[in-house]
Amino acid sequence: MKHFNEEELVEGYYGDGQLDAHLAECPECRARFAALSEMLDAARNYPVPARSSEYGSEVWARLAPRLPRRKRWFRSWGFQWALAPALAALLLVAFVAGRFAERHSSDSATVPAGTGISEKARERVLLLSLSDHLERSQIVLAEIENATPGRDEFSSERDRAHELLGANRLLRQTATRLGDVADAALLDELERVLLDVANSPSTIEARDLERLQDRIGHEGLLFRVRITSTDSRERGQKL
Amino acid sequence: MEWTDAAAAEAARLGDQHAFRVLVERHSHALFRLAYRMTGNEQDAEDLVQETFLRAFKQLKNFDGRAAFGTWLHRICVNRSLDSLRARKTRKEVSQPVAEDAVNWLDRVATPQPSPERLTQSGEIAGLLEPALQQLSESERTAFVLRHYEGQPIEEIAQTLGVRTNAAKHSVFRAVQKLRRALEPAWGAAK
Repeated sequence: MKHFNEEELVEGYYGDGQLDAHLAECPECRARFAALSEMLDAARNYPVPARSSEYGSEVWARLAPRLPRRKRWFRSWGFQWALAPALAALLLVAFVAGRFAERHSSDSATVPAGTGISEKARERVLLLSLSDHLERSQIVLAEIENATPGRDEFSSERDRAHELLGANRLLRQTATRLGDVADAALLDELERVLLDVANSPSTIEARDLERLQDRIGHEGLLFRVRITSTDSRERGQKL
Repeated sequence: MEWTDAAAAEAARLGDQHAFRVLVERHSHALFRLAYRMTGNEQDAEDLVQETFLRAFKQLKNFDGRAAFGTWLHRICVNRSLDSLRARKTRKEVSQPVAEDAVNWLDRVATPQPSPERLTQSGEIAGLLEPALQQLSESERTAFVLRHYEGQPIEEIAQTLGVRTNAAKHSVFRAVQKLRRALEPAWGAAK
């Protein structure tokens, strides 16, 4: 009878081999396997120092200050120039949203004379504008969420929230008129946070910052803004 | 809202630190256990947990979701642990003999006064295990820890170590052989 070698017994211990049939009829291999199993089973008793249930939070507290922060590009000269197309887009949204909502409310199947823009093109502009707006909003939200409590300078976030409010209001009203309940609800939730930020003083106390961070973290607002932004861009690009 | 690992990883990849915090709080305990078994040193394990999360955050753009996030994290932790073991080995070769660490570890795990449990076989084995593990090569220790304590399949261990399946299997076997030789005297005496 051919006996198992040690390597085969080790594989068998970890469930990689077919040992049962042979072990059932070979007392020698059975005894060797039992000795090996006993030793390996005992080796599972390897003491690892205990960690409290708060360990995850402790790890985060030490880790958070070490995480690389996003470059505050909006304070650079580039951002000043970036504002120009944003404002142009806002004007375009105002025009297109108005025409689009008007068209839906009249339930007409024809393109109104003089607009020079098809329904599909308007929808595309709306979706891309929504995506662009949400992307700008998420940068402000992420900056606030990642801000360190105790930092008091808040004027940049406040000013940008103020700039975003106009477009947000317009997009929310359009989404409501078009019956897009999910987008309208998200924009409504976003608007209330932006309003709070826009109405904050230029210096902010730690507890007020934490309150804002809680609101942003509440039910994953930032995450939902990101997902909707990506989704709108993809839908717009397909049109 | 309870985020899945995949959703939280995607949000974290887009820069959401709150999502990354969820992942840190969820995986810290398991990573610490793995890092401790890899190194046998509490402080090294703590440092490795930090380094693993830091590296994971920086490399989130490379996380493609093909493996589970936990598996991906574990792989980073194992690679960092291997670096740490190699660095420690180099330091040790220059400064102190291996046996000294083994004695220190025994001091730490031993209870102040011998108890009946301390005298049982498994207690004896536990006290001798870390010094025995220190005698293994980095790849043997890694293969053994991943197979024995983490229950990983051989194919995954091979991938982590960057070797063929047979080589990973052989590393586990060599580790068991060496541990057996190291533990046998105490094991036999206790019996």
